[in-house]
Amino acid sequence: MTELCHLSLSEIRSGLHQGTFSAAELTEAFLKRIDNHRVLNAFIEVLADSARKEAQLCDTRLKRRERAPLLGVPLAIKDMILTAGTRTTCASRMLKDFVAPYDATVTQELKSAGAVCLGKTNMDEFAMGSSNENSAFGAVRNPWNLERVSGGSSGGSAAAVAQRLCAGALGTDTGGSVRQPAAFCGVVGIKPTYGRVSRYGVVAFASSLDQVGVLASNVRDAAILTGVISGYDPLDSTSVNQVVPNFEAHLGQEIKSLKIGIPDEYFIPGMSAEVEKIIKQALKKLEDLGAELVRVGLPHTNVAVPTYYILAPAEASSNLARYDGVRYGRRAADIKDLDELYFRSRSEGFGAEVKRRIIIGTYVLSRGYYDQFYLKAQKVRSLIARDFKCAFERHCDLIACPTAPSSAFRLGEKISDPLAMYLSDVFTIPANLAGLPALSIPCGFDSSDLPVGLQLIGKPWDESTLFKAAYAYESATEWHKRLPPEAGAGPTF
Amino acid sequence: MISAEEVRKIASLARLNVDSDDLSRLSRELGTILDYIKQIEAVDTGEAQPMSHVHGIVNVFREDNVTPSLDSEELLKNAPDYCGRFIRVPLIVE
Repeated sequence: MTELCHLSLSEIRSGLHQGTFSAAELTEAFLKRIDNHRVLNAFIEVLADSARKEAQLCDTRLKRRERAPLLGVPLAIKDMILTAGTRTTCASRMLKDFVAPYDATVTQELKSAGAVCLGKTNMDEFAMGSSNENSAFGAVRNPWNLERVSGGSSGGSAAAVAQRLCAGALGTDTGGSVRQPAAFCGVVGIKPTYGRVSRYGVVAFASSLDQVGVLASNVRDAAILTGVISGYDPLDSTSVNQVVPNFEAHLGQEIKSLKIGIPDEYFIPGMSAEVEKIIKQALKKLEDLGAELVRVGLPHTNVAVPTYYILAPAEASSNLARYDGVRYGRRAADIKDLDELYFRSRSEGFGAEVKRRIIIGTYVLSRGYYDQFYLKAQKVRSLIARDFKCAFERHCDLIACPTAPSSAFRLGEKISDPLAMYLSDVFTIPANLAGLPALSIPCGFDSSDLPVGLQLIGKPWDESTLFKAAYAYESATEWHKRLPPEAGAGPTF
Repeated sequence: MISAEEVRKIASLARLNVDSDDLSRLSRELGTILDYIKQIEAVDTGEAQPMSHVHGIVNVFREDNVTPSLDSEELLKNAPDYCGRFIRVPLIVE
């Protein structure tokens, strides 16, 4: 039974079409697996009953020879994304009983494609975090080593995919929240171009940076899922009317003469020497496959993190102002007046990191500081975007670099040092600031047997080149075939 | 560096309480973060324009037509306290 769960999404799809197994069997196998791996805490809510019902309906449709891109495929959805009729908590006490009154567009797209939703995955509260330790429902453990973080904020989705608790998952990525946990958990994670995927029904953290992303165990699966969720949505005014190509079309093509930019600024003192070595080996492999590596300069890289930690908290402070205890979400008990309604509902509902970021955001937007911080950061942002534009126009087709400066750190290691935590996003943040598509693909393991991820950053709307290059690398390596130890069987040091 | 007083003031703008126990820790953390983000002051931004949307989309409109809205009953289900079609809130006008 468990072996079913180790099939790729595309194998599952074929198996269902050919009648090798049923959607009901498959869903049952995944539900059992989820139950056996509760120690990971990857799910906030497992939707066993509805998943079983959905699977039965899928079997009826499959028997009628109906076809849909994901018919019967069991997936998981980050709890930041609305799923009608079920709780969407954003891993926060503020929304712990909030039942989504409608589906996000991406949820609707998965449903139309016939997917089965196994449950809502754990995450850092309101997507703020890089370790999934900021959840009101407890931290997520890394399947490769239970004493390590899964990464964040889409830690639950990454851990679930890595441990084969689902055939794929949705996450969100604002500063690296799909790519970094993908790297830490040894799976593929992609953040599409800003505007490629609708944000309607996705709880807003930083509106100019948020994108829904995909986590999968291999490149083809990631390409399939990305295709299903991509597309213009009139319900999202930041959605762009850009043709969605078939992302699978270029998989298997050669990457000879593909120019890959290697930015000097992404190999920094303080990053793990082992990670640096593994990344350089991966780059060498790309060269062996025929790609041409060129050095590029992205001179404003060193101010990307401070820029992000001005803009994202500022946007968050505005977006989270809606949680006021009035219309939905937590309302404090026994309130006497309006002030108490606001202060107590919000202070009781939000966790420490969320409060920190709201305060930073409020500060940088306040009178006297707005020009010096917020406006200045927006200008720096345009310079960061321009760095990439120049590199792509003059030198390369895509950029390759590490996803994270280290492999998964220990639970508790950085939680008391917010700034140290923020620095783990140093390589992922620039792509969000510039709105570029970026993905992380497994490229090795360090001496602690923890996964390392290679990041590829592409031109706007050019996810196809990212998938092509990633697929070429994956086909020439075996990293994606390694599985984490079964729960209880792994090292815990 | 940020004083406890200023932390309280900013937090209050965002309608957040800060426990006295948390105040010194929070001031320290915020001070470190604010010192860090100050780095951008040194960046020469020259003629650069502020970027709020990466693709420069502006003025996304739709036709002024009535289309079905979300169902009020469904939406009210998440209200902490409601009565009929109204959400009940504490008295704010004497």
